[in-house]
Amino acid sequence: MSSYSIHSQSLSKSFGRRLIFKDINFNWADNGIFGILGPNGSGKSTLVKIIAGLIATSSGKISHKNSSGEIISENLHNHIGFVSPYLILYEEFSAWENLKIFAQIRGINFNEEKLLNYLQQFLLDNRKDDLVKTYSSGMKQRLKFVFALQHSPDVLIFDEPTSNLDEDGKKVVYKIIQEESKNRIVIIASNEIKDIELCNEVLSLEDFK
Amino acid sequence: MIAKPFALFKKDFHSELKTRYAINSLAMFIIVAISVILFSIGSETINENLTGGLFWVIIFFTAMSGLARAFVSEEERGTTLTLQLIASSSTVFSGKFIFNLILVFCVNILITLLYSVFFEKFVVQNLVLFIVTFILGNIGLASASTIIAAIIAKAGAKGTLYPVLSFPILLPLILTCVQLTLFSFDDVNFVEAQVELAIVVGYDIIMITVSYLLFEFIWKD
Repeated sequence: MSSYSIHSQSLSKSFGRRLIFKDINFNWADNGIFGILGPNGSGKSTLVKIIAGLIATSSGKISHKNSSGEIISENLHNHIGFVSPYLILYEEFSAWENLKIFAQIRGINFNEEKLLNYLQQFLLDNRKDDLVKTYSSGMKQRLKFVFALQHSPDVLIFDEPTSNLDEDGKKVVYKIIQEESKNRIVIIASNEIKDIELCNEVLSLEDFK
Repeated sequence: MIAKPFALFKKDFHSELKTRYAINSLAMFIIVAISVILFSIGSETINENLTGGLFWVIIFFTAMSGLARAFVSEEERGTTLTLQLIASSSTVFSGKFIFNLILVFCVNILITLLYSVFFEKFVVQNLVLFIVTFILGNIGLASASTIIAAIIAKAGAKGTLYPVLSFPILLPLILTCVQLTLFSFDDVNFVEAQVELAIVVGYDIIMITVSYLLFEFIWKD
């Protein structure tokens, strides 16, 4: 089990004069599945992007800590695995080339065995050498899970994880979420009742307006 | 330390070979620009001052037509988020800088070769001074273009904004490089050109340092 924690202190975000949410406080630690619930436009994607260090807060603070202390923003990407419908991988390369490029840029070992296993789980092993632009939207979504898991991050952030997926795809994703949540923090932002039912703790953004 | 930026450079290089985002527009621009100048001067011979000036004008506008692609292509394809998730801001800037530096060197070597073939007044007397000017000028051009490309990538009117924003930033570099090129035509020695050389070295150091310091604020929303 990891000794990783994410602590939010009076987190608020506005775009111009439009308030998205205010005064969000939470402390998610070690492992488990944490849900972010809210209707369309409530700020779920904005909140997960703030947690991942991709956008800044308007006020308040979010801090990631592990056994060595607080993680600086420059290194945060090494601890985060991220899946969302708006994440786009390099379509001019094959899935296998994408994963190889990501490993090289991250400076991690390209673990072929582990990646083949993930590709097999997500039913992509026989299409790994095809260009990503030839994939269907569901296949692209499944590949994003392999991308998120490749570097064994401490936190997995899934924004609408089951969008574009068929029933088989959803089953695989739910299984992975359950397995991974035993060892790390899994955050799910979704409207889907089935996704939210997996969570140990749910944060409803409607309570922070 | 260099492995991650180099991996990003390799990714951009292979992506460029597959998509031809920058290479085609750069090659077309060079051919069109040199052809237009040759047609407009006809059989007349332009003096060496004008030759040196036009040489850097072509280099400036060629850079404007291709170097913004480093970040604009990521933004247009929607892969900026992916890049933010796999690399630190310093890795991204270094990788893009290496890509732009190599691109600018290759393109400007081609321009120099074509120029020396078609313009009879393009005769370099002090070759070492010319090469030093060329190298320092290209480093300054690549560093300034990279940070400006990162700024304009998130803007709406990218095509217009890039040359407009680049012009005042690159003007001191271009003017000094024009002067140094003319010195190399006139066989001026290094001692007499030391002020201009110091300006270009200073420009390069300031531009690279400031770019590294500011890039994280530009890169993250």
